[in-house]
Amino acid sequence: MKIKALATAALFALLAGTSSEAATIKLECFASSGGKAFCNYVKERFERETGNTLETVEFPTSSDERLSLFQQIFASKDGSVVDVFNIDIVWLGLLDKHLADLTDNFKDLEPKIFPAAWQNNVVNGRLKGIPELVDAGVMYYRTDLLEKYGEKPPATWGDMARIAKRIQDSERAAGNTKINGLVFQGKAYEGLTCDALEWVAAYNGGTFVDADGKITVNNPKAAKALDVAASWVGTISPQGVLGYTEEEARAVFQNGDAVFMRNWPYAYLLTQDDTSPVKGKVGIMPLPKGGEDGQNAATLGGWQWGVSNYSQNKNEAFKLVRILVSEEAQKKAFMLMGQSPTLMSLYSDPEILAKSPTLTQMKTVFDSAIARPSTPTKRQFPAVSKAIFNAAYDVLSKRTDGTQAVADLEGKLKRLKGAEWK
Amino acid sequence: MAITPRAEKIALRTALYIGAALTGVVCVFPFYNAVLTSLRTGQDLFLPRYLPTAFSLDNYVYALGEAGIGRSLLNSVIVAVLTVGLCLVVSITASFALARIRFAGSKTILFVVLCVSMFPQVAVLSGMFELIRFLGLYDHLGALVVSYATFSLPFTIWVLTTFMRTIPTEIEEAAIVDGASIAVIIRSVFLPILGPSLVTTGLLAFIGAWNEFMFALTFVISPSNRTVPVGIAFLQGASQYELPWGSFMAASVAATIPIVVLVLIFQKRIVSGLTQGAVKE
Amino acid sequence: MPRNAKTIFNRRAKEAWFLTMPALLMLFGVAGWPLFRTFFYSFTDAALDTPDEYSLVGLTNYLGWVDGEAIGVLADPLWWRSVVNTLSFAAVSVTCELILGMAVALLMHQSLRGRGLIRTAVLIPWAIPTIVSAKMWGWMFHDQYGVVNDILSRLGLIDHPVAWIAEPFLSMCAVVIADVWKTTPFMALLLLAALQTIPTSLYEAARVDGASAWTRFWHITIPLIRPAMIVALIFRAMDALRVFDLIYVLTSNSEATISVSGYARDQLVGYQKMGTGSAASVLVFLMVTMVAACFLYFNRIAAGSGEK
Repeated sequence: MKIKALATAALFALLAGTSSEAATIKLECFASSGGKAFCNYVKERFERETGNTLETVEFPTSSDERLSLFQQIFASKDGSVVDVFNIDIVWLGLLDKHLADLTDNFKDLEPKIFPAAWQNNVVNGRLKGIPELVDAGVMYYRTDLLEKYGEKPPATWGDMARIAKRIQDSERAAGNTKINGLVFQGKAYEGLTCDALEWVAAYNGGTFVDADGKITVNNPKAAKALDVAASWVGTISPQGVLGYTEEEARAVFQNGDAVFMRNWPYAYLLTQDDTSPVKGKVGIMPLPKGGEDGQNAATLGGWQWGVSNYSQNKNEAFKLVRILVSEEAQKKAFMLMGQSPTLMSLYSDPEILAKSPTLTQMKTVFDSAIARPSTPTKRQFPAVSKAIFNAAYDVLSKRTDGTQAVADLEGKLKRLKGAEWK
Repeated sequence: MAITPRAEKIALRTALYIGAALTGVVCVFPFYNAVLTSLRTGQDLFLPRYLPTAFSLDNYVYALGEAGIGRSLLNSVIVAVLTVGLCLVVSITASFALARIRFAGSKTILFVVLCVSMFPQVAVLSGMFELIRFLGLYDHLGALVVSYATFSLPFTIWVLTTFMRTIPTEIEEAAIVDGASIAVIIRSVFLPILGPSLVTTGLLAFIGAWNEFMFALTFVISPSNRTVPVGIAFLQGASQYELPWGSFMAASVAATIPIVVLVLIFQKRIVSGLTQGAVKE
Repeated sequence: MPRNAKTIFNRRAKEAWFLTMPALLMLFGVAGWPLFRTFFYSFTDAALDTPDEYSLVGLTNYLGWVDGEAIGVLADPLWWRSVVNTLSFAAVSVTCELILGMAVALLMHQSLRGRGLIRTAVLIPWAIPTIVSAKMWGWMFHDQYGVVNDILSRLGLIDHPVAWIAEPFLSMCAVVIADVWKTTPFMALLLLAALQTIPTSLYEAARVDGASAWTRFWHITIPLIRPAMIVALIFRAMDALRVFDLIYVLTSNSEATISVSGYARDQLVGYQKMGTGSAASVLVFLMVTMVAACFLYFNRIAAGSGEK
């Protein structure tokens, strides 16, 4: 019996071996506990459906450290370290030549995925990553405070500033001295580029560099948007906001010391933690428009699945990506890690909506989210982004004004661009 | 007349104790703060509190168990011990030659050795990565031992050379007259006298290897081969923006305690038995 | 006799080379390639992720002219800004560390009760990994909930929160404070080891001669520990001049606080320009070499005058 079973197994193995070589694919997993559970699910499904083996690898959390590690691995052209991995939305242009072309295998997905996220991943007409999760800037507000003062969630940034000022002043006069109107990400880092893009786009000032690579930043609307943001610092926002990243801002808001906060959707669940002083008092809304004729602009964030160009088993890796972006897997990722799906169909899924009622609101935000100009500026984006956040920082800290800053920024970007972005 | 010097002495002692207490508080406070933070959860994490407000070991359970910091601690111990061992053996012999033997080129050697630690680490990284792969050490702890030992050599060689020079030549000459070989001279004459400086240098090199991040991140890819600082960098919240502050602090405390224990064991040897406390008696 | 002495001298020299060989082999074998490679790539236009595609561009990465406009690291105002930042950071923090480190070393040298605890406590800052202590200080400097502002306002020194990380000058102060806190133990420990080598008999003799504590410190302690002090200073200065991660975590490499290593890192990793990044690294190397050479030069002058 035993021998027979072994012989059968060997025969099957032989057959499997001749039909398609069983391969080992390495998938990058997020190191959180939800991430590990998700990877176990993917591993089980991938091995069952394709007969290959899946191994997992981990990369560091911080974007900078990931990028520096990727560059070393790619420089060695080693396909054995990782096959399928997560790419930050701004790295498509930067990592282009190390990413496998996914156009032919995945073009059927285009109508199902948020268009802004999809378009961001098309570099020189070729698809280089499949959107894995979407993220976008949103406005958090204190429902209890707005109600107390009979205010509605603001439609414009100007409205927001007025409400923030009114509540802040009245609350402070009533003894709540630690309250602030608004907190956001004002430190000179990538997060400020995101915030600045939202302000400028809200005032119809463009996206610094447009989709064709043309530098559009030097316009009065962009200048005005930056000036408006600068007027908040020291009035409705503490001076210290110029040193805040996401978590510093969340600490203030979650402690009940801010009326409004610009942040990513991740903060919502944390503000609803049992220990949170603002539990049940938090509302979420699209970021305000820049005046009546402005638009609700949210910076697009998120991760993409990419396949290494040096992978020795690209076809098997593509099968893995298929599984990763399937409805079932995205739903799992949402349930386990709270990742907002990129497939639009999931936003009407009853199970998902039951878990997170705010997600329908988020869909409108994701629909109109704006990508940073990372794909058109290609390998120059890190320098472009640095120029943008430094310009915004200089305006916020009042070392220059909007008009001067956008003119200087245009000059800097022109020098970076040279004849053409490359 | 008899009282004044005594009163002065008491005042001096008091000042010394106050200074010592102050130093202790300044040095330990952030660590103390980290311990308190690691025992907290939720919103409490971000508020300035100076006394324990909670006692939850959840962060430790997560960091040491699920997040694998326990395993990383073991790796760090292996790497740091081997690094210090290799580094001290190589640098003791070199320092002996540089400090005690007059030969042409000794000054040049010292300066060339120093040059190795003058590049920014980020510039050395790519070349080291190529070399490590060339040597077949990628994803091995050996990659870290070799690179740490090499890059701590300038420091250990310089410090040991300086201290060896302070030892009077008579001691060594007596041994030479007795016909002792260099190995014997180093072992039975220098090592006992050099005790405190050896322990000090070894300790500093140990901590250096313990805390190094960039090489450890780049040369090792398997979770089971990670060292502690890399393990800490891999701690993750629910999203890329969330900083898991509680487990981050728990892991940091766990990473620091072995060093504290090490110092507690070796602190007596940092000062030599001969001069200990004799200065102000 | 002279001939005999010469053979002994030769034999000893051979032994010396034999003894230094393992160290030199390790240094050349391991560190040689990365250093050579950095020099080499500083004359090319390679990208970090494609090092095998390059062409030689001469000195353009350092300084060159294109269409009458100066390019290269040396023509970049941000480079010079980072040089100024780095030099002032290194000067201030190393000076503070020397003074505090000396005070702490003298303290640890005394026979105090609980000495063991103090020695252990003093080493704690150095024992905490930099990536941790930088983030820790980042939160301690938070304007609303940071411990630093909280203590200052409890002591009545400030009446409204100081935005440490937000202002260029204050953020530089924050970086210096965090660095001094972290690395003073290193200095103190090395100085303590040096203090151990001073024979007690010297102090006894001086005391018999009626020398004051200050005189003893200035005329016995300092000259005797000077060699070790210089070595400690050189290594601290070299580290301070290459400072990177502390600034990167605390102020995210903002233009106000960027260091030369941070500049090189931005070029190399951020912008993938291996040529420019390597050129900047070589310039850092030259800068550090000059500072180290100055220390050694002054040490020799001091030694010369000390002997006379």
